[in-house]
Amino acid sequence: MPGSVATFIWYLGTALELAFVVCSIARKSFFRYFFLNLYFLLAIGSGIGRHFTLGRFGLNSDEYRYAYFYTDALLTLALYMALVSLYSHVFGELRFGKYLRLTAVLLLLGTALFSYAVVQQSTDRLSTNFAYELSQNLYFVGLVLTYVLWGAVLKLRETRTRLVQFVLSLGLYFSAYAAAYALLNLANRYSVVLFIGPVMGCFLPLSWTLTIWRHSEEDRLVPGQLVAVPR
Amino acid sequence: MMAALIFVVSLATLLMFFVSYCRSLMASSSRHPLSKEVRDVTGISASASGQDFVRVMQLLRLCPERREDRAGLRAVEVYYGILDLLEKTVARVLPSLHFWMEQERAGCANFAVVLLDRRIAFSREILAQQDEF
Repeated sequence: MPGSVATFIWYLGTALELAFVVCSIARKSFFRYFFLNLYFLLAIGSGIGRHFTLGRFGLNSDEYRYAYFYTDALLTLALYMALVSLYSHVFGELRFGKYLRLTAVLLLLGTALFSYAVVQQSTDRLSTNFAYELSQNLYFVGLVLTYVLWGAVLKLRETRTRLVQFVLSLGLYFSAYAAAYALLNLANRYSVVLFIGPVMGCFLPLSWTLTIWRHSEEDRLVPGQLVAVPR
Repeated sequence: MMAALIFVVSLATLLMFFVSYCRSLMASSSRHPLSKEVRDVTGISASASGQDFVRVMQLLRLCPERREDRAGLRAVEVYYGILDLLEKTVARVLPSLHFWMEQERAGCANFAVVLLDRRIAFSREILAQQDEF
């Protein structure tokens, strides 16, 4: 069973995810940011499902392993959709919607095919390996797409405060997560490294909740102030 | 080797997003008009300088905290700390960075002044509510 620190981080993360959904309903933005809400609702459901499986079958069981990797792949997929929805918000006025969705689907299929090609050599636990590989590759694609989206936000001189802060929080989350995973590979003998990833997981709902609570849809900022070096 | 490379690249993007995040926090409060009270308390008439940050932070700690400000203030405080460190190290080697860093530090100070203004207004509201009872 996980220790008290891991359990505390899980409770905190779930509370923050719930807070985002509640705040977006209270601020009448649930449907406007539907995919962001869907991601957090799925995260809450997955957390409860994992907790239940863990309690019933134990940490080393196949059931828990399957539940963990499949919910993880599902959540990464949901986060990918949330990212694509942010693209739709940024490019919404340019009527790129159809091409955007097509590119997103092609990129997703490409990532899935690439993940399958990587794991098809191993016959043992092919399906869990596929779920793990897909999650990892989608995280990397997500980081690159967020970076590109941030470039588009600056180029199009986006002024919507909420949207800008959603994109930046997502960029921070993806970067921190990638750094945490790399650190885990580099220094896995230090137990504190194990908690960096889950703590980073709490950052995204916290940051998005503060954004949706603090700023209304009409809030605007000066795009020139976002770039570190004035142009 | 690959993990080390990913670590360095992700740290670089993390820093880039962190700087932009702090700038977006500062930009979102830049249009806030300062009240006469906060101008009197801080002695800042138009806009703050980088050196005002520490003093404004001390004043902020004297006011009742607003929960919604906490995370943003913490992020900007960390950003100011990084800028301060760079000012004492890198800017000595590259003096051309000095002007940019001073601008950034002034942005942090302005953000803190706006929060101070909001906290003063918040304190007044609490006092007014207490008087009603």
